[in-house]
Amino acid sequence: MKQDVVIRTVCRLVVPFIQLFALYVIIHGASSAGGGFQGGVIFASSFILIGIAFGITDARKRISEKFTVLFSATGLSIYAGIGILCIIFGGNFLGYSFLPLPLPGPEIRGLAAEAVEIGIGITVMAVMTSIFYDIAVDEEAA
Amino acid sequence: MIWEFNFALFLFLVICAIAAISVRNLLSAVVILGVYSLIMAVLWAEMQAVDVSFTEAAVGAGITTILFVAALSRTTRRSKD
Repeated sequence: MKQDVVIRTVCRLVVPFIQLFALYVIIHGASSAGGGFQGGVIFASSFILIGIAFGITDARKRISEKFTVLFSATGLSIYAGIGILCIIFGGNFLGYSFLPLPLPGPEIRGLAAEAVEIGIGITVMAVMTSIFYDIAVDEEAA
Repeated sequence: MIWEFNFALFLFLVICAIAAISVRNLLSAVVILGVYSLIMAVLWAEMQAVDVSFTEAAVGAGITTILFVAALSRTTRRSKD
């Protein structure tokens, strides 16, 4: 699928800004509006924009299926790993204050919450991209 | 909270909901559903629920519309019922 040069150039320009905004939403999720899920969805929408502008085949070459599978597993491992680490150190699942870091309590809680949000964001980004790959049909194949 | 503004938004919301289920062209229905989500996001923000509004704008108006359009490319564009 060969799209117009304007569409391709604008998409190439706008994708980094979308991804930067998604990272901002993920990082500021605990203190203000937003969070891992919303940030992950915005990050995935940048990949979907690449898929729309350059064709699904080209997008599959840039962000492969292996990448999405790997990253969905990675984000889930971050989330579950922090939760189980809290159990190992004697708290509940995701009981952040039991983590043995050399920091005051609220800082540990904020840091662990951010790490969990990052895990959620990675998983949502990968799964949304893979759902789009599964649903969308190739222009050449159709 | 400006009640006239909210009332107009609710009116548009109901019109969009009725139009989305009664229109024959499925692509038009998807676009109207996106408009519905956008109005709903503004309404959530009006009701001080910024987090829900953010989710509605990102998921309802963004990803869902794209997935519906992608699913529409695998089927026919006109409703047959």
